[in-house]
Amino acid sequence: MDLHLTAEKASLEEQAAIDAALKKQESEGDGASPAVATDGHAASNGLPPRSKRHLLLPVLHAIQERMGWISPGALNYASLQLGLPPAEAHGVLSFYEMFSRKPQPRVVAHVCDDIACMTHGAGSLCAELERKLGHSGSPCLDGKAIWQRTSCLGLCERAPAALITAAGETPRERVIAPAQEESISSAVAEAVGGKLTEQIDVLDPKVSAPQAGQPQLRLLRRVGQADPASLEHYRRSGGYHALNKAFEWGPERVIREVIDSKLLGRGGAAFPAGKKWEAVHVQRDSNRPHYVVCNADESEPGTFKDRILMEGDPFAILEGMTIAAFAVGAKKGYIYIRGEYPFAAKQLEKAIRTACAQNLLGKNISGREFSFDIEIRRGAGAYICGEETALFNSIEGYRGEPRNKPPFPAQSGLFHQPTVVNNVETLVNVPEIILNGGAAYARIGTANSAGYRLFCVSGHVARPGIYEVSFGPTIRNVIEIAGGVGGTGRLQAVLLGGAAGSFVSPKELDTPLTFEGTRAIGATLGSGVVMLFDDSVDLKQILLRIAAFFRSETCGQCVPCRVGTTRQEELLQRLVQRKPLGSNEQESALLKEMAQAMRDASICGLGQTASGAILSAMDRWSLFS
Amino acid sequence: MILLWGSNARETHPIFFHHVLKGIRNGAKLYVIDPRRTSSAQWADVWLGLDVGSDISLANAMARETIHAGLANERFIQHATSGFEAYRGCVEKYTLERAERETGVPAEMIRQTAHAYAKAKRAQICWTLGITEHHNAVDNVLALVNLALLTGHVGRYGSGVNPLRGQNNVQGGGDMGAIPDRLPGFQHVENAELRAKFERAYGTKLDPKRGLHLSGMFEAMEHGELTTLYVLGENPIDSEADRHRAVKLMSGLEFLVVQDIFYTKTAELAHVILPGSAGWCETEGTVTSSERRVQRVRAAVPLPGGVRDDMEIIYELAKRFGHDWGKPEAETIWNEVRSLSPMHAGMSYKRLEELGGIQWPCYDESHPGEMYLHSRLWREPLIGPRAPFSVVEFEPPVDELNEEYPIRLTTGRQLDSYNTGEQSRRFPSPLRRAAALDLSPEDGKRYKVCEGEQVRVSSRRGSVLAPVRFDPGLRPGLAFLAVHFHDEIATNDLTIDAVDPKSGTSEFKATAIRIEKCVES
Amino acid sequence: MSEQLQAPSPLIPIPRAPAPEIPPGASRREIEVSIDGKQVKAPEGATILDASRKLGIETPTLCFLETLTPVNVCRGCVVELEGSRALVPACSRKVEAGMVIHTDSERVRLSRRVVLEFLASSVDVSTAPQLQAYLKRYGARAEKFGPRAATVAQPPKIDNELYVRDYAKCILCYKCVEACGVDAQNTFAIGVAGRGFHAHIATEFEIPLTDSACVYCGNCIGACPTGALVGKIEYDMRKAGTWDESRQARTETICPYCGVGCELTVHSQNGQIVKVSSPLDHSVTQGNLCIKGRFGWQFMQPNK
Repeated sequence: MDLHLTAEKASLEEQAAIDAALKKQESEGDGASPAVATDGHAASNGLPPRSKRHLLLPVLHAIQERMGWISPGALNYASLQLGLPPAEAHGVLSFYEMFSRKPQPRVVAHVCDDIACMTHGAGSLCAELERKLGHSGSPCLDGKAIWQRTSCLGLCERAPAALITAAGETPRERVIAPAQEESISSAVAEAVGGKLTEQIDVLDPKVSAPQAGQPQLRLLRRVGQADPASLEHYRRSGGYHALNKAFEWGPERVIREVIDSKLLGRGGAAFPAGKKWEAVHVQRDSNRPHYVVCNADESEPGTFKDRILMEGDPFAILEGMTIAAFAVGAKKGYIYIRGEYPFAAKQLEKAIRTACAQNLLGKNISGREFSFDIEIRRGAGAYICGEETALFNSIEGYRGEPRNKPPFPAQSGLFHQPTVVNNVETLVNVPEIILNGGAAYARIGTANSAGYRLFCVSGHVARPGIYEVSFGPTIRNVIEIAGGVGGTGRLQAVLLGGAAGSFVSPKELDTPLTFEGTRAIGATLGSGVVMLFDDSVDLKQILLRIAAFFRSETCGQCVPCRVGTTRQEELLQRLVQRKPLGSNEQESALLKEMAQAMRDASICGLGQTASGAILSAMDRWSLFS
Repeated sequence: MILLWGSNARETHPIFFHHVLKGIRNGAKLYVIDPRRTSSAQWADVWLGLDVGSDISLANAMARETIHAGLANERFIQHATSGFEAYRGCVEKYTLERAERETGVPAEMIRQTAHAYAKAKRAQICWTLGITEHHNAVDNVLALVNLALLTGHVGRYGSGVNPLRGQNNVQGGGDMGAIPDRLPGFQHVENAELRAKFERAYGTKLDPKRGLHLSGMFEAMEHGELTTLYVLGENPIDSEADRHRAVKLMSGLEFLVVQDIFYTKTAELAHVILPGSAGWCETEGTVTSSERRVQRVRAAVPLPGGVRDDMEIIYELAKRFGHDWGKPEAETIWNEVRSLSPMHAGMSYKRLEELGGIQWPCYDESHPGEMYLHSRLWREPLIGPRAPFSVVEFEPPVDELNEEYPIRLTTGRQLDSYNTGEQSRRFPSPLRRAAALDLSPEDGKRYKVCEGEQVRVSSRRGSVLAPVRFDPGLRPGLAFLAVHFHDEIATNDLTIDAVDPKSGTSEFKATAIRIEKCVES
Repeated sequence: MSEQLQAPSPLIPIPRAPAPEIPPGASRREIEVSIDGKQVKAPEGATILDASRKLGIETPTLCFLETLTPVNVCRGCVVELEGSRALVPACSRKVEAGMVIHTDSERVRLSRRVVLEFLASSVDVSTAPQLQAYLKRYGARAEKFGPRAATVAQPPKIDNELYVRDYAKCILCYKCVEACGVDAQNTFAIGVAGRGFHAHIATEFEIPLTDSACVYCGNCIGACPTGALVGKIEYDMRKAGTWDESRQARTETICPYCGVGCELTVHSQNGQIVKVSSPLDHSVTQGNLCIKGRFGWQFMQPNK
């Protein structure tokens, strides 16, 4: 196409970063052939629809990681290499929190001030950082570093959390959790001095998965027990038996067993996984490529289970995806990992390389007529990309804006082709189903909630962490497994399902944590968040933080969500500041009216649920009267 | 498949190119054949950057390759064409290697293009002045027509040959008989029967001999055979190749009348100026677009004081010559056209309005018009005469390159400007750049000139000063000048008036030039 | 050889042949749905909006334009579909057999009203008569969010002589981006940038249009529903208080430039051209023009 670029040129360092990223993608078989010109007399080149737009996100990451920001010159060079108009590339770049469009220090400390961390002193931590380093978002240490507040980093079991990133030729990242002002400051100083050491082994199973080693565990059985980097360990503990069994069964039987298992998606929407597979499988003669996508964009505040699975048992995810691909006839899979999970991404990358080397991925897997490759895509700070169609757009190099459904992913998903998209935890259940049979799996748990489930227990609880149960235990049971209420010991509220979920009161603790049990009290399991708040917490502040979260994470595409999340935050501010428009009751009625319009008229789940938690709290407690 | 040949439609026919882009989005392949790697070429799957004026060599080599690969549409050739054997004999000389030598395009790319075109389910060749502003313009067109006949890409939905017309009513002018040998509806003036029809309608005898085209008129002026000229809405002083000659000849006329909406360079020479009307928004009538669509134009604003409707000027002149035609409305005139021109017969004003224009031919008021022509060639049995292959040979441009004039200059339009610039220079286009000679960056180095530097550009006819601008879409040895800025750079001081004897078009597209640094005096 | 088998002579007209065949579009099955208690048939692939229009139901649309791919972001057209948890956008939801649709239920009216209130409370809608009519129809009260409700107010961007971008009036309907992009012009000078309430239309790094890829076709102006994008002449006349649509005539004619035959609508006031647009329903232009067609008429102005 006829690209128009401004005069700004990329520096050599920027060019090197972009070239290296493209080379890496091309060596992984994902690049288009470059334009060939012959002596000014002929040229073959593709068109934007056939361009390399789907490589935009990795290229932007490469620039950001190298330079600490993305300059107009770098964007020009990237646009030229990808055959993409710079205004479009800029639209994508400006969508993500982790990319900077302004010169920025190469060292950034991202400090979580979200709700789980609020229960563990994030407020005072940030206040202290303000005193020592200056305001959030303004450069410190002679302009060499910057710290900024961020939404949930998915490290809630070790709150409060921080993530340090240092751009450069060898970009580095370090997680600090729990974090103190001193540990953040010293890591920032190390990074500024170019000496930031990465913590590769960030997972301490004793802290993150307190049940580790217990014999009844299925989903967590390897976490903390087997070396996540070792395929040998994985195999010795039963790994890849399920894939072999699937090969023997053939796709139809695999799908039947997954349907029989009654496995429901664990990402939040709870759709029957087998039905999704079947809907893609039946199109296998359509000549259209099929895709399997693993949704690892775990961004719901309070959720960290997928991170622990990725860090602690990466091969299980690969095996689950490979079985899915075999069942639906996909040759290519993507794992989309949220940008704030650098170590999960590294762990999975390593596992993919190992699996390829052992012919468990790639061409003719285990000598069969079945080939499957997996590529990792890192998000860049956008909660909305956890919505499956936004995730597709993000992989394709578009803004992470959700698509209207229908068509559903099974008909028109990634690259508008038939696509299975499953959450990490869902996929980890798959080998269990294959090994023991669908019917056996369906017998575990309750009638309408089959199988195993992970809960992310955080906030004021004695032992925060990830807990596995067979469906059935109540909220109270799960709190007990986690050692009981922490903090003051007096429970005020429990948030189920994260910011998009709902609050329940101590009176409702005997509700079973099942799909049907939570539905009965108007709540949801969502992504398995169980966040406790003791009686020292000002719930109004928690609600404000949730409102701010949705205001900052809405993609802005549809009117009800774009404006509604802002109006909702304004309204809560007025209530908290005791400056209502009219009476509190009038404000409450206005909020309900806005909530209904957002729920009814928004394109996707973000807008549809953005008021849910707030209204659930206002229904249960008279917070503003 | 779309073969865009000698056309930068992205800039010169932007809304046509929208339709091309829709095709591309739907999977059509675009091949662009143009010496320059234009903005159109940047959309192409394949760009063939042939040397200026080597089109026939390229087309004939494609034909030879098509025949040798067994891809010629033999059924169609046998059914509907004539002269194939002679054509085959002619193109046999044009091997891919020869064409690579003559065009500069790698043989393999020519082969691929030939195969892609011959195998395409539907294929169109669209061209513009890159084909027709040559001394062998008609031969160039025939070479492309040959390709369509060879492959059967004509007379079928989605296939065909398509010259993109450069002015909003240049097609309509031809339709109405503004061609030396035709009466309205392309009826030949030398056909006595047809002529008689017009004579009956007009109540007068018509000259049975064809007239002169523009280049012929200049020749006639040169020989003193043409001494009086009435110019309507044309600015030949700025638009003709070899301006010196145009000025000399037109200044020597005994009587020059110019009817225009602008005080043009040509008007400056006139003995009488008749202020005319803007056809598109001050008068009623019709125009015919590139796709043969007859469309209504309407008066949106009143005529300024002192200005008359073009039609009224003609009635008034007729009156002075002793013929009172009255003051017929545009629609009355149009209905007269319909009564005389069968291909317009079905186009009442009412239907034109209802249907948003009608594509000719439209024989009666129940006829829908024709979306594409020549479907008769596929009828069993064939309707009408066979379509002839034409034997055409490659001839390089007249203005040869040599050591003295080593650079090939070609000319064209820019997106925001139009022809001599009379209309387009009067709006504040943010795209407009200072007039400049576009050179390849490599030539910039070779001649040690930098962007913005004023250089002397000379051809065998004249010389102008022009600032340099680099265009990476040009290769070394190729330069470009826009035709819109005659006050700044008189492009046609340089261009050659080598004229195609069949069409009367000059070879604007191929001038041999040299550039020299200006020495500070 | 008979006459008809010889090569054509220019002297002899080509005989008339039957009109050429045009391949018929794939015939589409008719699908029956119920809208507001009335049964209506629409072809497969048609939208709820298409079917509603057949019944003469007026649906508020802001981001929808016949010539552009529906983006369904304004949500003004939402309707209630029985069996669907949320409301669905009429402009893009395809009809399916047996659908039961309500276009004027309490739920629909509430969502439409709130959506309009959200827009009118955050955007200057003074030059958006269509939106104002919708506000009235649904009894929307934009002031209910208080005087301190956030808005997108900002100074207009005037960086060229042809058109003005007054983004304080932008409802982010995406139409200009579509018209600049794949749906028409394919120039991609502008895109949606930023996120959330701060999402906005921008060139890369917010550079002025004159540095951008813009080719001033003005197809974005043709698509803009709120007057955020407006020709400079109109902008200046509005500012001077001389723009008066009630005294303007619209005349359809053909562009005076190249041979494509683009249909123009000439807007004239006091015998002077003040604006040129193009009708959406003409097969040649589909509402689109190039810089010459949309702005190149200024040679008709006195003193030019």
